[in-house]
Amino acid sequence: MKRNITILLLLLSTTVFANSIRVGKGQRITSLHKAVEMAQAGDTILLQGGRYKEGNTVINKSLTLLGENNPVLDGENKYEILTVTGSGIVIKGIMFENSGYSSMNDYASISVIDASYVLIENNTIRNAYFAIHVANATTCVVQHNTISGLTKTEQTSGNGIHLWKCDDMLVKDNDVQGHRDGIYFEFVTNSVIQQNNSHNNIRYGLHFMFSNNDSYIDNTFRDNGAGVAVMYSHHVLMQGNHFVHNWGGNAYGLLLKEISDGQILQNKFDNNTVGILMESTNRINVDNNDFGSNGYAIRMAASCNENILQYNAFAGNTFDVATNGTLMLNTLRNNYWDKYDGYDMNKDGYGDVPYHPISMYSMVIEQNPNAAVLMRSFMVTLLDKAEKAIPSLTPENMFDEKPMMKRSSL
Amino acid sequence: MLKISKYVLYDILRNRVVLAYTAFLLLVSLSLFQMEENSSKAVLSLLNIVLIVVPLVSMVFSTIHWYNSYEFIELMLTQPVSRKKVLLSEFAGIGSSLVTAYLVGVGIPVVLYNFDSTGIALLLIGSLLTLVFTSIAFFASIKSRDKARGIGAALLLWFFFALIFDGLLLVILFAFSDYPLEKVIMVLSSFNPIDLGRIYLMLQMDVSALMGYTGATYKDFFGSSAGMIYTFGTLLLWMIVPLLLSLRSFSKKDL
Amino acid sequence: MIKIENVHKQFKKLKALDNINVDFNKGQVVSLIGPNGSGKTTLIKSILGLVKPDNGQILFNGISTDKDISYRNQIGYMPQIGRYPDNMKIGQVFQMIRNLRGTDHKIDEELFYRFKLDTMQDKTMKSLSGGTRQKVSAALAFLFDADVLILDEPTAGLDPIASEVLKEKIIAEKKKGKLILLTSHILSDLEELTTDVLYLQDGKVVLYNSIKELYDLTGEDKLSKAIAYVMKNGNQQQEFHYRKIANG
Repeated sequence: MKRNITILLLLLSTTVFANSIRVGKGQRITSLHKAVEMAQAGDTILLQGGRYKEGNTVINKSLTLLGENNPVLDGENKYEILTVTGSGIVIKGIMFENSGYSSMNDYASISVIDASYVLIENNTIRNAYFAIHVANATTCVVQHNTISGLTKTEQTSGNGIHLWKCDDMLVKDNDVQGHRDGIYFEFVTNSVIQQNNSHNNIRYGLHFMFSNNDSYIDNTFRDNGAGVAVMYSHHVLMQGNHFVHNWGGNAYGLLLKEISDGQILQNKFDNNTVGILMESTNRINVDNNDFGSNGYAIRMAASCNENILQYNAFAGNTFDVATNGTLMLNTLRNNYWDKYDGYDMNKDGYGDVPYHPISMYSMVIEQNPNAAVLMRSFMVTLLDKAEKAIPSLTPENMFDEKPMMKRSSL
Repeated sequence: MLKISKYVLYDILRNRVVLAYTAFLLLVSLSLFQMEENSSKAVLSLLNIVLIVVPLVSMVFSTIHWYNSYEFIELMLTQPVSRKKVLLSEFAGIGSSLVTAYLVGVGIPVVLYNFDSTGIALLLIGSLLTLVFTSIAFFASIKSRDKARGIGAALLLWFFFALIFDGLLLVILFAFSDYPLEKVIMVLSSFNPIDLGRIYLMLQMDVSALMGYTGATYKDFFGSSAGMIYTFGTLLLWMIVPLLLSLRSFSKKDL
Repeated sequence: MIKIENVHKQFKKLKALDNINVDFNKGQVVSLIGPNGSGKTTLIKSILGLVKPDNGQILFNGISTDKDISYRNQIGYMPQIGRYPDNMKIGQVFQMIRNLRGTDHKIDEELFYRFKLDTMQDKTMKSLSGGTRQKVSAALAFLFDADVLILDEPTAGLDPIASEVLKEKIIAEKKKGKLILLTSHILSDLEELTTDVLYLQDGKVVLYNSIKELYDLTGEDKLSKAIAYVMKNGNQQQEFHYRKIANG
């Protein structure tokens, strides 16, 4: 983070002393290609308003490309518009449209490859295959961009912000929609995803794999085909995010798969089919989150161990916690459960009887998915009541010893 | 026929049970909508109540009313009125008053708080279930000789459809869990009007997402217009068939 | 007018009607007599269509009563125990029955007024005494000036004055040449009305004669005594038959 900021300051200061090249209609230079060719490292190209159809432009020296009066770079559905490689490059204030599609190459509106210290800011990208594709880069910033794809099928659509094999990156305050995955991280380390709004993407709002020591904070993931997937990573911090209405047969707010040693703090999960789906997840702290109106708040596979769920609030979920096993080696404590009907005699704010959040019926469904057809029938209600009284099928060690009586505010 | 229905209706309206039923539904619905901040959640809770209470009240009330209006029926039959007409008038009278009670008790809150396609579906299914169970109650009453037996039969039938049927379904599900049962269950559920209504409503409410693969299969069917026609057609059959059977045995019955 | 052919009716083990063959014609006032459970009410209910015979048929003016219910337009029926919807008022009951019969009937409200039912139109049926209910039943039976009157224990429960009123009414209707079927336990009531006697026992017709024939056969001149004679001598229809022949 700190490095990020110093670099940005450095980049901005250099522009003051360098030459500026104005490109546009009625200017001495009308072609971006030409301008890039002419420019010396450290120069600034001021791209004037207008529509430029120049195929692919490669920037391989330290340039600042600034849009003035909304210039549009049009890829005519054939080309990768901008290819950026090298160090100390700024792309700012430009609209990118219609980048090409190829089933062979990952064509992008802005492709950053083998680069460092790149700032991509305040751009608008429309109708792209990949919007911003970053590969093998370090210490770059992607922020304040507005990205919208034309929702197609999973195969013919690329990702909004795609990072592969990067380190020390900041992705902040972008709005991404209509792509396959809104934000995609693979082999990205020590990076931050912050305050983005990723919504209405075909597959994941955030797709996160083999990326360790990252954090994502205060993002909103809404109405994505399958929600957010975080897989095969460790030491990830997820804080203050909002997972809303990721609804569908195979959707979830947050999928955790092969994740360990992470923190999930102060997030809100509303109206998701599954709030958090955990598979082979170990040593994760799930603290102070808010689960409301989800189908399942948490589905925890039997392969999860040593996770701690505490101080969370569960309200209005069809099922609070579901599992497919009988032995649970995870800890539940001091959560608030709206379905809890125990009492607090000594008025210490904690219920005196443990709460068993796993309903009998959810176990039945795990064993026999067809039984879902009986959901909300009178018989199921009775079964659950009976099970509450005399637990037999549900994991007996999966309970909240001291549930909170009142909901703690986030 | 309308002439007789008019008097049946008049008699029922003077009877406080229907008014109490209306008030009960109104109270429950309103308080659910008040309590739940999310009105579609309230509809879901309302669904649970509707699926239990509506069949029960329809059955018991229809049965008791049938026996209480035995004199009236006898009186009608000494007049130049056919048995078919008397029975259908009774059905129309009871059915319409119970449906009205339902539409006032549940309908008004739904219109106020959640007037969308799920709300309308809830009202439609509830009304149909009312008629279905009124019809079944008629059959049970005509078949049983005295009031006590009639009410017993009505309660048993309700118990069967509300609870036992689903228990059997669960047993089947586990006994044949190795086989693809989606279609079988879909057919089986048609044999229970409560299940059919419940599944249809749940899919309207998009709970199907919670039902995994099974849900998707059902959604494909019940979500389509063919599924809708099938559901309402089957429920109508559930109303018509017991009514026809009632007509048949009533026309042979000695009073 | 009414022809009963080979009618059988069995309730479980009880034979209520056992091969009944009877004709009733205009101008007759037939008293149905017999011990309790002899099938009188079943016979009346069969004619009305309330009870469905197991086999045989009942013809009304040559048309099977099972096929066409319009014959009930020509019947006024007074049940043994009049049962009415509890919540209805007297006025409404009359209104409703008139409604059902349609408007093209001649209306005879003599009994309605003579029983002073017009003064208690707003009373509900459940608040009425047994006697008042009988008055309602009677007034309803005579309301449409029907060609056939079927009166099941008409005077039971009525006070002497009302009873007299009703008897006068029956006599008046008899004079109009209607067919009247009556049952009563009070034989003296029947005495002055009856033209014919149908004696039933165990669902069988024991005798069906005009009252004059009955007196001749039994040698009695009071109906009660004649019936007592019949009852005492039991099922001796054969003997009656011979005496009938002997007496020419």
